[in-house]
Amino acid sequence: MYAVELHGITKRFANTTANDSITFTVRSGEIHSLLGENGAGKTTLMKILYGMQQPDEGEIRINGVKQKIDNPSVAIKLGIAMVHQHFMLIDSLTVAENVVLGYEKRKGMFFDMAGAVQAVEQLSATYGLKVDPRQKVGDLPVGTKQRVEILKALYRQADILILDEPTAVLTPLEVMDLFRVLRELKQAGKTIIIITHKLNETMDLADRATVLRAGRNIGTVNISETSPAQLAEMMVGRKISFDQAPLSAYPNRTRLLEVRGGVLRKHHVPVLNGINLEVHGGEILGLAGVEGNGQTELIEAITGLTPLDEGQVLLAGRDITRQSPSQMIESGIGHIPEDRNKLGLVGDFSIRDNLILGYHHRSSFQRFKLLKINHIKHFADQLRERFMIKSESIDTKVKALSGGNQQKVVIGRVLSQDPVVIIAAQPTRGVDIGAIEYIHQQLIEMRDQGKAILLISAELDEIRKLSDKIAVIYEGRIVAYGSRDAFDEFELGSYMTRGKPIAETGKEANADE
Amino acid sequence: MNRLVTLLLSLLGAFACGALILALAGYDPLEAYSALLVGAFGSKNAIANTLAKSTPLIFTGLAVAVAFRGGLFNIGAEGQLYMGAMAAALVGVYATGLPGLLQAALALLAAGVVGALWAGIAGYMKVKFRAHEVIVTIMLNYIAISLTNYLVNYPFKAEGSVPRTDAIPAGMQLTKLMPPNQVTTGIFIAILSCIIMYWMFNRTVYGYEIRAIGLNEDAARTGGISIGKRVVLAMFLSGFIAALAGAVEVLGVHKYFVAGFSPGYGYDGIAVAVLARNHPLGVIISALLFGALRGGSMNLDRQTDVPTDFVVMIQALVIIFVAIPWVIKKVKLMRKRGNSVGSQS
Repeated sequence: MYAVELHGITKRFANTTANDSITFTVRSGEIHSLLGENGAGKTTLMKILYGMQQPDEGEIRINGVKQKIDNPSVAIKLGIAMVHQHFMLIDSLTVAENVVLGYEKRKGMFFDMAGAVQAVEQLSATYGLKVDPRQKVGDLPVGTKQRVEILKALYRQADILILDEPTAVLTPLEVMDLFRVLRELKQAGKTIIIITHKLNETMDLADRATVLRAGRNIGTVNISETSPAQLAEMMVGRKISFDQAPLSAYPNRTRLLEVRGGVLRKHHVPVLNGINLEVHGGEILGLAGVEGNGQTELIEAITGLTPLDEGQVLLAGRDITRQSPSQMIESGIGHIPEDRNKLGLVGDFSIRDNLILGYHHRSSFQRFKLLKINHIKHFADQLRERFMIKSESIDTKVKALSGGNQQKVVIGRVLSQDPVVIIAAQPTRGVDIGAIEYIHQQLIEMRDQGKAILLISAELDEIRKLSDKIAVIYEGRIVAYGSRDAFDEFELGSYMTRGKPIAETGKEANADE
Repeated sequence: MNRLVTLLLSLLGAFACGALILALAGYDPLEAYSALLVGAFGSKNAIANTLAKSTPLIFTGLAVAVAFRGGLFNIGAEGQLYMGAMAAALVGVYATGLPGLLQAALALLAAGVVGALWAGIAGYMKVKFRAHEVIVTIMLNYIAISLTNYLVNYPFKAEGSVPRTDAIPAGMQLTKLMPPNQVTTGIFIAILSCIIMYWMFNRTVYGYEIRAIGLNEDAARTGGISIGKRVVLAMFLSGFIAALAGAVEVLGVHKYFVAGFSPGYGYDGIAVAVLARNHPLGVIISALLFGALRGGSMNLDRQTDVPTDFVVMIQALVIIFVAIPWVIKKVKLMRKRGNSVGSQS
């Protein structure tokens, strides 16, 4: 019995075919992972199922009955619910009010608040979704907001739940909790589709997976009969390496980058709270941490954008704490910013102009303040080839490139200028698997050339795959530091969320009870 | 190329809309437009007149465009123009004893420097106190106009009832190209300024940095560009160029500074820059169009009953129609974001 059957769905946009006669079926009561790279057509397909977009061709059957779903309210009536990547919640309302919104209980002509609270409590008990119905949604952490979204779906008696990249914004512990909830929902007979590009999660959670690539269905597999390597190959169209990078072959004890007792205050609140950090030549230090624990400020301090209030930044032993951003660049601090569109690239500049940004003072690009246009063109052509930036030419505006190719522009710019230290912040965020692999290779190559690399990433997998050493940042301080094999995933998760090892966290939790 | 087509369509739309309004008001649109066309280009005199009217607009349009490129909205071209005109006139009247050409060059330079400093105040206040340049430049306009008014009415007033300075010597006046028409060698200075700015933006480190700031200030800062210095530089350049408009009017057309000589060249410069999409060379074409409208308006008045206000209306329509594709793009972008992000309030 199929809960969802999509037959020959085709959706064309102005100059692309997002879905090319896709047939996709989901069994009743299974967890089905819809896998694919960015732009593969996953979200479009699910928007069609949810009635947010209309297919040009094809038909939809829900529980065996042909349906025309021309807007989300039809989908909701059919028992379909979608949890979007960006939550559709009203911050100023309570959890209970958000859950019942649009389907409010009434008492006479009044809104039945007590009834709403009761309904939410009941649902939350049934499925193990812990929330306080009376709390304001705006005060909740991201993981809990997601629970509210799921409760909303359950309250509308959804049987088919679509989740769009549900783990993108969650910490490892929150992910574990979400998976527990999803398994419970499955036990209760719900059908679940998760849109994702994360292979580990698919392997961990799903019963079956369907892979889309460039708008086509590449195939559906049973998880028990597949491997991450096979799924990745289906997604990208070629073999992909998953092994941890070999540890540095040439570690040396030269401390190239060091932060000593770094304090930085924003509005009088210390966001860096006496942070100590050192990165050696020929080594990648992975800095793990939940976003907002001082990573951004640490990067700003090291790149000169916001100097430390107290403490020092040393580059190969030399104090560079108070240097300007351009002096930092000249000293050899290569910066791959965490938000490439905001900080890394000028979207309306050509690839060529972006490839020299920050380095345009160098004598290879200018003389007497006159740009050496021919040199720059030649240089940009070379880099475009070397870093395989897919584009028409070096004159293409970077805003027209895919995320992966934009990131290659940023990375190519830094790596081509022989930096001493590389600050790589979220280097693969929003980038396809193929490009991720390439970027990882480049970083490892730089490490093997003896550069010191500080890798700041929200992806634990990335940290664990690339780093020689791992440090965890929590509330503006380093709370754990060691070789990459010193911690497992759960240990790291505990440091990231509580700033303590699991053992202590457990004790405290017991003491709470 | 695509952009050029949209631009031409926008212009066509503006003129069509103007025709419709004329027809509705009971005038003959064809008659009005042909009067305009004849007035602007119909004879050697008409062409000379159009070029003369375009000259200050090239300067002010370029001034606004240069600031725009750096993400700055210089509303102060009018004030900078008056300050520059006064500086040029004073050099002309008092720095005597120099060869004419040198004195003219000195007058232009003095005007530029005064205008640059005047606009630089707004740049400095933006960098230092985060004062928005729109407010500051508007305020500086009032001050500049009042200040020059005072100077021309009291310390430097020439004999007679008109509030003007003494005339500058004939030797330093800009040469008339088609006498007795008012078009002078000033138009070459204007076009040369556009070419220099085009070159500056595309070939120099300064231009590169100013463009980067205008398009993405955060990325420019991350790239080590000193935002403050470049913002002040962009305002300097903008003010210098706006002041040249005033200087060229004084040295070529009026021969002295006279109170209230500008019919709002500084403000029209904003429209010129918008139509040119802030392209330094596009400014030339754009200024010629606005100059032609001004040039043609006199003939419109002579030949038809259509009020000359119609020309102002056409100018406004042009701006609106040029802005439309941009607005559509923004709205589409917002819709797209709205769809994918949803409303979260």
